Amino acid sequence: MEIPRHWRLRQQRYGLVGEVCPHCEAKLFPPRDVCPECGKDAREPYHFSGRGEVFSFTTIYEPPAGFEEYTPYTVALVKLEEGPIVTAQLTDVNGKEVKIGMPVEMVTRKIRTDGDERGMIVYGYKFRPVLQAS
Amino acid sequence: MNQLKSDPKNLLLRPNRAVGIVGYGAYVPQYRLPASEVARVWTDGQAALPIKEKSVPGLDEDVATMSIEAARNAMKRAGIAANQLRAIWVGSESHPYAVKPTSTIVAEALGAAPHIQAGDWEFACKAGTEAMVAAIAFVGSGMADYAMAIGMDTAQGRPGDALEYTAGAGGAAFVFGPAEVSLAVVEHTYSFVTDTPDFFRRQYQKYPEHAQRFTGDPAYFKHITNAAKTLLEASATQPSDYRYAVFHQPNLKFPQKVAAQLGFTKEQILPGLLVGSIGNTYAGAAIIGLTAILDIAEPGDRILVVSFGSGAGSDAFSILVTDAIRERRDLALKTRDYIARRVPIDYAQYVRQRGKLTMK
Repeated sequence: MEIPRHWRLRQQRYGLVGEVCPHCEAKLFPPRDVCPECGKDAREPYHFSGRGEVFSFTTIYEPPAGFEEYTPYTVALVKLEEGPIVTAQLTDVNGKEVKIGMPVEMVTRKIRTDGDERGMIVYGYKFRPVLQAS
Repeated sequence: MNQLKSDPKNLLLRPNRAVGIVGYGAYVPQYRLPASEVARVWTDGQAALPIKEKSVPGLDEDVATMSIEAARNAMKRAGIAANQLRAIWVGSESHPYAVKPTSTIVAEALGAAPHIQAGDWEFACKAGTEAMVAAIAFVGSGMADYAMAIGMDTAQGRPGDALEYTAGAGGAAFVFGPAEVSLAVVEHTYSFVTDTPDFFRRQYQKYPEHAQRFTGDPAYFKHITNAAKTLLEASATQPSDYRYAVFHQPNLKFPQKVAAQLGFTKEQILPGLLVGSIGNTYAGAAIIGLTAILDIAEPGDRILVVSFGSGAGSDAFSILVTDAIRERRDLALKTRDYIARRVPIDYAQYVRQRGKLTMK
């Protein structure tokens, strides 16, 4: 059981909340309180837009423990439009060809359950192909 | 009670200040199970099909994730900051936890926590509209300027049961606020409730029970008819005063029949009649129809909404669309956009996605 860890990370995971550096305007994700660009203090919360594109990706057929029921699934490096690259699952991509450069948007989905069916449900960000108005 | 009966106007619920819908949003998952698939597996394809197909949630979707997306759409249209919301109430009969609120997850995801009311509502298919009445009261009393109500479900149907054809997934979120900043003003609300055991699910049971034809006349038709007629009478309006109407939609037959009985035309109900292509979304069923209507409504249009929840009761709303609809409806994806996003699946995939496979 890792309930305290899931709880600590809820805001960044549910809403893609990172930080913005007040000195050099760099957007940070995940939040780390020290700007990797200028090395100064950066604790200002920043809500990312959730828009980005696939930088690279792979499909998982042999999953780590806890993800068995979701196989096969695709994991991508997503380059957010604000700059940072995050690792996340792609979702709603069944039957669609995933491509490098594909525009994606953040959605909040179920990541897994902590332990068995008695454990807490862990929610967090995933990315899907941008849903267009029909 | 005698005083109530002597003047039907007293039956209408009246807020202290006028309230309206400031933002609205829908969500429907992308997967569709054709009713013909259920018939193929259980009846050799012989069954009459109550709808074309129903929506099915993905493996990583539940009422919390679906509520979050509908709520984000509603917030885009409302154009307010998340911390201006003073309540998030989620009505559903498929909350992910038996004990632990869905609403706190939604509030946290929107960035609306911690200075907020949050709670989950349960009243079968009218849990969402019950939360809406409460949100209207919360704003109307002056306790809050903005309150969000959500009706969302990933409905359960026993394999092979009549409900398996229609038990779908989806719903809608509404931000209520002062009438002067609304895209549609809530003119009147009225609710009609009795103890009627037409459909229920006991604790720890996976699937609900329903009492054959008991779901029709004594339940659906009685409550919707009484709620609608009382609202019309008390507000001195008639069906021709409404541009659109939407009734709880468990299948295609019931809402069309009750609409005809009440004097509404096909043209009035078709824009909100979505059950044929997404199934019965339970707590979301009547109100996702309302979102589809708001997507196309014009200022001055009046809309009648009547939900039905087993157990049983109906909430009726008279809603008048304002000029603000024109500038706000394009700020988020429309209900038809979600319906058009369609990935058909077969029964085997459905069984996997709904957790009906035993893995250990």
